Amino acid sequence: MLQDLQAYFATNASVFFTNAVQHVVLSLTSIVLAMLICVPLGVFISRKARIADAVINAVNVCRVVPSLAVLALAMPLLGVGFLPALLALTVLACPPILINTYTAFKEMDPLIREAAKGMGMSPMQTIVQVEFPLALPVIVAGVRTASVEIIASASLAVLIGGGGLGNYIMNGIAMFNVTFLMLGAVPIALLAIVSEVGFSLLLKRVTMYTS
Amino acid sequence: MKYLLTHTDRVLDLFLEHLSMTALSLCISLLLAIPIGIAITKYKRLYVPVTGLFGILYTIPSLALFALLIPVTGLGPETAIIGLIAYSQMILVRNVAAAIRGIDPLIIEAAKGMGMSKAQIVFRIEIPLAVPVVVAGIRVAAVSIISIATVAAWINAGGLGTLIFEGLYRTHTDKIVAGTIAIAVLAIGTDLLFRAIERLLSPNMS
Repeated sequence: MLQDLQAYFATNASVFFTNAVQHVVLSLTSIVLAMLICVPLGVFISRKARIADAVINAVNVCRVVPSLAVLALAMPLLGVGFLPALLALTVLACPPILINTYTAFKEMDPLIREAAKGMGMSPMQTIVQVEFPLALPVIVAGVRTASVEIIASASLAVLIGGGGLGNYIMNGIAMFNVTFLMLGAVPIALLAIVSEVGFSLLLKRVTMYTS
Repeated sequence: MKYLLTHTDRVLDLFLEHLSMTALSLCISLLLAIPIGIAITKYKRLYVPVTGLFGILYTIPSLALFALLIPVTGLGPETAIIGLIAYSQMILVRNVAAAIRGIDPLIIEAAKGMGMSKAQIVFRIEIPLAVPVVVAGIRVAAVSIISIATVAAWINAGGLGTLIFEGLYRTHTDKIVAGTIAIAVLAIGTDLLFRAIERLLSPNMS
């Protein structure tokens, strides 16, 4: 099998790297997009008790839908290719980030907000300078969960023409080609593990205040 | 929606296939997780390496794990079931350990003080207190492997994922929708069922 791998790399190294880069780009972009949408949204709904429960419950129910189904449903709605896959992955990345941001801001000690107000901070200053740093560990934990899920789901992106390393696994299964299976499975597994370890290190760094 | 109504038999067959695949995985997984969970609470040195190992397994994306297993176990339901067992181990083992650790040692003391024998303490105190926590773990594991099992259709393991893959390849949106609805019904139903069991088994502490 090692010889097969060598032979593949000798002629197709660039194909492998294109797939790997596409996998990383898909995952990273969807995570960043999901953060840009869900962190502000989470802060917003944490201030609106009336709609918050409805939103969080709806999100929790939607999480039951498997990622394969979300990607599959993106096809009739958005077509095939990189962009539909990216949008579907962004949708999948949202729930953990939204729920964690909401929880972090919701569970914040109201006395902290009072103190910031007493010091003459505006609501915006309070959110950015006081609440956000305190909420950061919980938000990062949400992004960590989302990242592992997205790296996994991105392996399915190939089904709707989104590319990525899932290509090798899907073809490897279809042709029962062990070399292809390994070319897909090993890098995907490593990506997931690296992301998990990286975020756990980051989590230690951003946890500056502990009560 | 139309497919769901016109091909109810087929959807029902796949639903049952999905259910039996996940139920079988869950049963085997539980049989493994209970002794492992008990062992790692008794021998504390094992806790970190064992949960760490299952943590790594849990991190590996399902499609990649199936791909790694295929050269060994081939295509088919066996591979899917082994993968699903591996995923549920992390959740179940941690919950079994947490359930045992969560029992207040004072309750055990009190039971000893009341003159209960070792067997009585296990059967009348420890198990009733630990079971609801374990059931909560089973619920989380069940819902997540129902979702993961969708992908198993690609490795010839059947189940409701079959409808989604067929829908994808023939651009048959109705099939995708039917599969998605059936999986959501199965997952939500399982969640509600185990929540009810949890409530029934929770000891009345008031």
